[in-house]
Amino acid sequence: MVFDWGLVGKSIPLLATGLMMTLKICALAIVFGTILGGLLGLASLSRLKAVRWAVMAYVDFIRGTPLLIQIFLVYFALPVVGINLPEFWAGVIALSLNAAGFIAEIVRAGVGSIEKGQSEAARSIGMRHAQILFYILLPQSLRAVVPPTTNELITLVKGSALLSVISVYELTRAGQAIIAVHFAPLEIFLLIAIFYYVTISILAWLSRWLERRLPVW
Amino acid sequence: MGDVAMKESAVIAAEGLTKAYGGRTVLAGVSIAIEEGETVVIIGPSGSGKTTFLRCLNYLETPDAGTVRLRGVPVGADRHGRLLPEAEIAKQRSRIGFVFQRFNLFAHLTAEDNVAIGPRRVLGLSIEEAHRRAREELARVHLEDHAGKRPSQLSGGQQQRVAIARALAMRPEIILFDEPTSALDPELVGEVLDVMRELALGGMTLAAVTHEMRFARAAADRVLFMDAGLVVEEGTPNEIFDAPREERTRKFLAHLHE
Repeated sequence: MVFDWGLVGKSIPLLATGLMMTLKICALAIVFGTILGGLLGLASLSRLKAVRWAVMAYVDFIRGTPLLIQIFLVYFALPVVGINLPEFWAGVIALSLNAAGFIAEIVRAGVGSIEKGQSEAARSIGMRHAQILFYILLPQSLRAVVPPTTNELITLVKGSALLSVISVYELTRAGQAIIAVHFAPLEIFLLIAIFYYVTISILAWLSRWLERRLPVW
Repeated sequence: MGDVAMKESAVIAAEGLTKAYGGRTVLAGVSIAIEEGETVVIIGPSGSGKTTFLRCLNYLETPDAGTVRLRGVPVGADRHGRLLPEAEIAKQRSRIGFVFQRFNLFAHLTAEDNVAIGPRRVLGLSIEEAHRRAREELARVHLEDHAGKRPSQLSGGQQQRVAIARALAMRPEIILFDEPTSALDPELVGEVLDVMRELALGGMTLAAVTHEMRFARAAADRVLFMDAGLVVEEGTPNEIFDAPREERTRKFLAHLHE
């Protein structure tokens, strides 16, 4: 078998177009997923049992089902209830919902890891549940929450490859289109892998940079 | 002792407090009234319920039965035993200072911020006011030079004094001390006891669970001996230490002096 260098050169701009789509979707999903995950994480620390249970059930579902199935559910099930979404937004939503579930659990565990004396002391000076959360527990949990969260966001980028199955023209789908025409799977999948690797390496570098800036006490 | 607890003048009064954990009785009906300006020291063997009793006074722990009154008004629950709304209990707690065995300073805040956060967030003072008060209270515990340090940069004795300043900054009507020197290296105990003695002499109402008998003798108006979830005996330091009436008190004190 001969490695087709000519095709590699021609494919790079096409794959770059796909990569742009991947970056766009992931950027949106990272923003929405982090916000929703943070809110769900706070809800999981609510004083209301019903709210805590609802979040637990959601997290359980997200962790207990494959991302691929979650993508199908968003893409195929939502139209049934009258919500028609273009693939792009179905993809953004599916990835956001998935990341949010994991991030909620990271936040809950991070806050839960803080020594009980901290919230007791806050209660003893008359702080209320919400104040204790915002002024005492959340600031202290940053160190425990940020590293696994950036890790989760990197997982999200890798998971975005699955959006190729609902015809989102992202990096993986763009590569598959080239393979369908030229039948050069080795060259193209290698190229795709390199594209992902570089993207994720940059993200990993960013997350290490962020982690270094976290306060120590 | 019931009539004592009913006294109208008491800053804080507990009546018939009981508490059990998983079938094990920790408090078997404790009543006490602490008067304005009084210093009460609670002694007793470990497991006697001293700490639980103290924690019930500000509802960090919810008693199974019994009532706590702060200046005559029920704390934590209404007269039918129903828990008060969180905001109401929080407001009551802000009037009762609490100093923990393990200091529990907010790890991410400087000494000054630790003291200022209550006045700022709970009492609603302006930032300037809250920090002015924080510096005042730090000076009162002789730590004005350490205002910018985080707990991890302070010794245990200094941390405990910041914790006392944090309680003082709320201008509480009483401060409860839960074994405030038990987690300290011996050479750091004195500085904390000195601050407590200054507070006691300054007219602050305080109740302390402690094993520091010298402090009890020097500062206490009244000493309570607890055992097995009950107040076994109470009296002046001289009565308790020099002429205990109860066998259990004698045994405990003899054991301490061994």
